[in-house]
Amino acid sequence: MSAPRKWLYVTGVLALCAWVLVPIYLIGLGAMGGRLAVFKWPKAFAPGEASFAALATFLKIEGVWNAALNSLIAASLTMLFSILLGAPAGYALARFAFRGQSAFRLLVLLTRAFPLAILALPLTVIFIRVGLYDTPFGVSLIHTALALPFAALVTASLFMGIPREYEEAAWVFGCTRWQAFRKVVLPLALPGIAAAAIFAFVISWNEVFAASVLTVRERTLTAYLLTVLSESPLHYRFAGGFILIIPSVLFIFAVRKYLFAMWGVSSK
Amino acid sequence: MLQPRWLPYLLIAPSVAFLAALFLVPLGQTILLSVDGGQGFSLANYARMAGDLNFPTALRNTFALVAVVIPLQVALALVMGLMLQKMTRGRELVLWIWTIPLGVSDLAAGLVWLAILQDSGYLNTLLFQIGVISGPTAYLNSETPVALFFAVVLAEIWRATAIVLIILVAGIQLIPKGFGEAADIFGASPWTKFRRITLPLLKPSLQSALILRTVLAFEVFAVVYALGGRNFPILVGEAYTWQNENQNYGVAAAYAVLVMAISLAATIIYLKALRVDPETQG
Repeated sequence: MSAPRKWLYVTGVLALCAWVLVPIYLIGLGAMGGRLAVFKWPKAFAPGEASFAALATFLKIEGVWNAALNSLIAASLTMLFSILLGAPAGYALARFAFRGQSAFRLLVLLTRAFPLAILALPLTVIFIRVGLYDTPFGVSLIHTALALPFAALVTASLFMGIPREYEEAAWVFGCTRWQAFRKVVLPLALPGIAAAAIFAFVISWNEVFAASVLTVRERTLTAYLLTVLSESPLHYRFAGGFILIIPSVLFIFAVRKYLFAMWGVSSK
Repeated sequence: MLQPRWLPYLLIAPSVAFLAALFLVPLGQTILLSVDGGQGFSLANYARMAGDLNFPTALRNTFALVAVVIPLQVALALVMGLMLQKMTRGRELVLWIWTIPLGVSDLAAGLVWLAILQDSGYLNTLLFQIGVISGPTAYLNSETPVALFFAVVLAEIWRATAIVLIILVAGIQLIPKGFGEAADIFGASPWTKFRRITLPLLKPSLQSALILRTVLAFEVFAVVYALGGRNFPILVGEAYTWQNENQNYGVAAAYAVLVMAISLAATIIYLKALRVDPETQG
């Protein structure tokens, strides 16, 4: 590359990094600046008055802790369900040729062509009837419907990447199918499965619509923030938004190696 | 070793049962609910939806958002993807930074841009400091629909370009290096290489990125609520209002069916328009 083009290239890369990072920095300022900073004009771009006290005040508001706890429960259950249901399906897709396989693939892919969260609307009626309405467990069920297709496809591509011969060798040495899976395949697939689980967690943690429709008192954090949006002061909104972002950013960092397996063409 | 024929069915059975109960059944129920008029079949819910004051605006806003956001996102993601292809040092760090928004909830993304675009926010501070405006200015109320629209566009591009980027980068990695080298030998310009090699070979990835993003874009909701509240009606927002505030599940279901029909139509259009040959499929 010539010198001016190289300069243009580096500037472009840095500008795009700033495009992602600066807004997060600014909501951080808004979240930690408290009441005074929100009304300050003109705003300061340096973190002079920022402190964790403002965030702590937000967390002490009635209902916030409970909402965060509900989010945590719903997301953990989603993680558990989507792996327990999805990983066996992924293994079946990777290791067996069976009648109905393409129909099953179609069912999984079909879920991507529908805005699934909207299906929370009719579920309200059934959930009220069977007592699942307004519980983190009920929310986790619809979130599992969102996360399960990913879990199945990701684990399928993981298992496909582990040579079948390893398992066959274990059978030769007298392992049962289950033992071979547990002792040979599982240890190799575990990091990838963990990444898929974390991703399921993030899907649930971030989901707004279904969680808001299916809860009233036992709100998740997103549902809580959405419903108090219009009546809460700006600095509380920023604190809420900032608290939503932090875990997701860390999670994405943890699974960054597996992002392509999750979204790449291979897992289509 | 003996392969019991029922084993794969046993393995997929739980997820089939689950998806039937929480995807297919609610799907059918939404449709039934939307055409339930109390005594048998009726299109009253659809009539009420179409007659609602907000309906034409919501429909127009939703389509306008998709039409503006998706092309910009694909273009931006392509540029980022090609930049990453050239990158030798720091590629992993840059890729992580660029994919951070993947983990950000749409509600949080709306709040992030609210901090920047509110009356006395950071954008106005910047404009004030360089002398463009003289004091706090409002962009996000019902008197400034165009500014509000672009605020939502900004927030959506900021939040959801990462997913397009990931899919395209995965596709770019699958393109054999030899193709580009061969083109170099024959003296192809970078632009020709991009148009004749990269773009055609990226078609499968482009197709899945477009389908995924478009379906999600028609579902846009929390970003809009965080930025403009009710000042900017959109389809899913209307469904939410009919369900939670008007307690009218029938009209909410009609909105849901409409959104699903639009998403399905978009998917089919992409599948037909970007037909992928089996041999180029990754």
